[in-house]
Amino acid sequence: MTTEYMNEEHATAETGDDVVLEVSDLSVTFPSDDGPLPAVREVSYVLRRGEALGIVGESGSGKSVTSMAIMGLLPRNARVEGSARVLGQEVIGLDDKAISQVRGKKIAMIFQDPLTSLNPVYTIGYQIAEAVLAHRKVSKQDAMKRALELLEIVGIPSPEQRLRQYPHELSGGMRQRVVIAIAMANEPDVIIADEPTTALDVTVQAQVLDALQRARRETGAALVLITHDLGVVAGQVDRVGVMYAGRIVEMGPVEEVFYRPRMPYALGLLGSLPRLDGDRSDRLTPILGSPPSLRDLPPGCGFAPRCPMARERCHQEEPRLLLTNGDTGREPSEAGAPTVHTAACHFSDELVGVGAADLFRPGEERPETTEGEPEPKNPVEPDVLLSATDLVKHFPIRSKGILRRKVGEVQAVSGISLDLREKETLALVGESGCGKSTTARLLLNLIRLTSGEVTYMGRPLQGLSDRRMRPLRKDLQLVFQDPFASLDPRMTVSDIIAEPMRIHGDGHRDARRRVKELLELVGLDPEHGSRYPHEFSGGQRQRIGVARALSLNPRVLVLDEPVSALDVSIQAGVINLLEDLQDELGLSYLFVSHDLSVVKHIADRVAVMYLGKMVETATTEQLFSAPAHPYTQALISAIPLPDPIKERTRERIMVTGDIPSPANPPSGCRFRTRCPKFANELSDVERTKCVEEPPELLDRGAGHRDACHYSEVVELI
Amino acid sequence: MSENGMIGKARRGTAKKRDSADRTQLQTILIRFTRHRPAMVSLVLLGLIVLFAFVGPFFWVWDHTVYKEIPSNLPPGGDHPLGSSAAGNDVLAQLMRGAQQTLKVAFTVSLVSTVVGSLWGATAGYYGGRVDALMMRVVDIFLIVPLLVAAAAIAGSAGAGASWSAIALIIAIFSWATIARVVRGVVLSLREQEFVEAARASGASAPWIIVRHLLPNAAGPIIVAATLLVAVAILAEAGMSFLGLGIQLPDISLGQMIGSARTAVTTRPWLFYPPGVLLVLICLTINFIGDGLRDALDPRQTRVRR
Repeated sequence: MTTEYMNEEHATAETGDDVVLEVSDLSVTFPSDDGPLPAVREVSYVLRRGEALGIVGESGSGKSVTSMAIMGLLPRNARVEGSARVLGQEVIGLDDKAISQVRGKKIAMIFQDPLTSLNPVYTIGYQIAEAVLAHRKVSKQDAMKRALELLEIVGIPSPEQRLRQYPHELSGGMRQRVVIAIAMANEPDVIIADEPTTALDVTVQAQVLDALQRARRETGAALVLITHDLGVVAGQVDRVGVMYAGRIVEMGPVEEVFYRPRMPYALGLLGSLPRLDGDRSDRLTPILGSPPSLRDLPPGCGFAPRCPMARERCHQEEPRLLLTNGDTGREPSEAGAPTVHTAACHFSDELVGVGAADLFRPGEERPETTEGEPEPKNPVEPDVLLSATDLVKHFPIRSKGILRRKVGEVQAVSGISLDLREKETLALVGESGCGKSTTARLLLNLIRLTSGEVTYMGRPLQGLSDRRMRPLRKDLQLVFQDPFASLDPRMTVSDIIAEPMRIHGDGHRDARRRVKELLELVGLDPEHGSRYPHEFSGGQRQRIGVARALSLNPRVLVLDEPVSALDVSIQAGVINLLEDLQDELGLSYLFVSHDLSVVKHIADRVAVMYLGKMVETATTEQLFSAPAHPYTQALISAIPLPDPIKERTRERIMVTGDIPSPANPPSGCRFRTRCPKFANELSDVERTKCVEEPPELLDRGAGHRDACHYSEVVELI
Repeated sequence: MSENGMIGKARRGTAKKRDSADRTQLQTILIRFTRHRPAMVSLVLLGLIVLFAFVGPFFWVWDHTVYKEIPSNLPPGGDHPLGSSAAGNDVLAQLMRGAQQTLKVAFTVSLVSTVVGSLWGATAGYYGGRVDALMMRVVDIFLIVPLLVAAAAIAGSAGAGASWSAIALIIAIFSWATIARVVRGVVLSLREQEFVEAARASGASAPWIIVRHLLPNAAGPIIVAATLLVAVAILAEAGMSFLGLGIQLPDISLGQMIGSARTAVTTRPWLFYPPGVLLVLICLTINFIGDGLRDALDPRQTRVRR
């Protein structure tokens, strides 16, 4: 390999022996029908013993492919060039047998999806023992003993019992901890974690990240943490590399990159992130456009087409990763020293002291957004549009076989009341399975409720036939989470947007004009109506979904996780669009989300749900500045802040365990099984009340209500 | 075939022809289809076969019913390019008529079964629950009765020498169920997609959703099943004719020709091969056209097979 010479130089230049992983000029190209696809281009980094390196990037930036190449897990047709050395041993180009000796022993990997990375037909114990036996000549009993030890380290309760269980008997967070246990089984020198918490809820994410840190402490392994979540990176790693279009575009100590980014992309990424510690009036700064197709990359800097400071040179010459400190004479990076901050930008010096808003929204005056009118507290409360009282929805669980008898029921929603007022945004927040999406659908009468009452402008909706409901559907529209599944792939975009109008029998000619208006309104090219959804990117599709929902001039928009499937830089654009549309059209939003940072940014009022019950509701300011319910507190403190210092020093309220099954919720207060207050602070007498008596949602004054017998306000941000 | 799907698409395509400078849907589909080489070759070939079967008899001197004037068992050549049969019929004339009858039966079966089966299956799949259970039990009944036995019973009671349309109907009654099953399976997964819920949230009725969203998205499997059905129908008709239940002499079908030539494969091959080859050609071309249509109707298909 051509890099041989360079590597030797490195080895002598540095104290070579503490380097556990050295990647230099690694490139991966996939052949495709339309020519080669360069997924990773000339990636170099050095990882020292015990160090944690974060690799962040949006989908398609090549962050996962890089680590798959190091692990030798890429499909055979991928062309891998460059070198990756694990403890000085070259691993690129090793045959299957040779790389098996390295995998698991020296370098281990944790995958995103804990559902598929464990084999469903073997017990947990067997699978961990298998990993031990693969590299050590020990007896089966010893391997099992080691498995038990490992489960204890990753913090799995009653580990003896777990050893004999199968993966499906464990929750997602638990399974991911088992995967971590397998990864650390042979005390590897490097653990590569590829989006280890992306599939998990935030409270569980906090537990898994904790387990990961414990695993590192125990084994002294270096960590490569691959993620799209800047918050996770901020708290977990020492150094961070930002990837874009297959390249590392910025790399340095985490504080340097977060506080003093020197590459417009990194700056833009930070600016487009809604922050828990940010102010609502701060408008997000989206990066325009979308990442380039790897098939035809621009000749110069990959980010140039989206970069506001791009100049002639950027479009022609690809910038190299160079040192940033020292105003003059930027040198080529010696991928080495841990304190070095490098960036791939011709003009990175100009970014000193520049904020995301200055760069990405130059013309706009900053305070002009919503701050102009300081949210006049209307003496008259606006009208209630949509109102729900004691909503209950139970889904029957049926037996298998022909009879399909009812054997139980999932209590998806158990007594939710809420009011959505005119022109306000009410956020419904909770983790997966808390019933927030079901509540949204009940409000739209898309599923029949078990009991309770929904009214729209005073008119009851429950029990209305489809036909009587149809005129009301004009006012109540829905936007979905998944921009890929929510658009019919066989219809053109015009047809999709016009469909609601056609259903309601609006004129053909009118519809066509309106489609163009709508496309323009949501920021798409009105001439693109004849294209099909698959020709658009995720963010654009979500805009199409919004345009469809708007086509009937609704008054209420129910948004079901509208931005959670989108990349950060795209998400910001959609959030801004939603805010603009609300101002312009006077819409009311019911915003269903699991992401508190987004909610804090967009909502006027927030309702927190847990296991089908509402645990706390308040205005956004009240809720985030003074959360009262222990669950809300745990939720807020589990959200990672994209700020390394704040993230490491903040007070944390951790919850243990997983969400109980809604088919069999705990008696009394449903949160008590995970409640830190219940576990640590309360006396036995006080606990009895939690076990026996379900807490009511009580007003603490000023509309701030919570459902906890012993609620107490805590300041967290 | 999938005429129904095509017509639906076509209508939507023309409705907004002057909409923009961009290609309309119909044009895009046509272009995609024309790029599919096997399908295009097959289309031309099938067109020629159809011409041969339906227009040919007007130009050929012999009628398939004439047998007295022609000597028996003539080998190909001279006045009778494909020879003559044991009874003294002109084989070329029989071949034209036979292909005509076979094509009529096959297309009718395919069209009727596809329309009925798709609607039945999509309705069952969309509603689910009890409606689904009931509708699918009906399908099961039609699936477990062997086609030939049932056909024999019905055709037997209807009397010999049934017309091609009656035969087509009998075959169709016992073949729509397979399509219904295929379509139900596809719809069961499609109805969970968010775009279906989006349509419901806009106030769309069940028929609207079934026709506008579910069936177009199930077009791929429907077309494949429909083309396979053409072949099945041809074989079923041949089988019935062979058993004396289908089209009867003096009228003729390809199946009947093959059936009566079964003892003459080696001695008088001109009686067996022409109808045999024609039968295979019809089945093959229809399968290729089905492939081409399936790809052309799927907007996600960016590349076209060569």
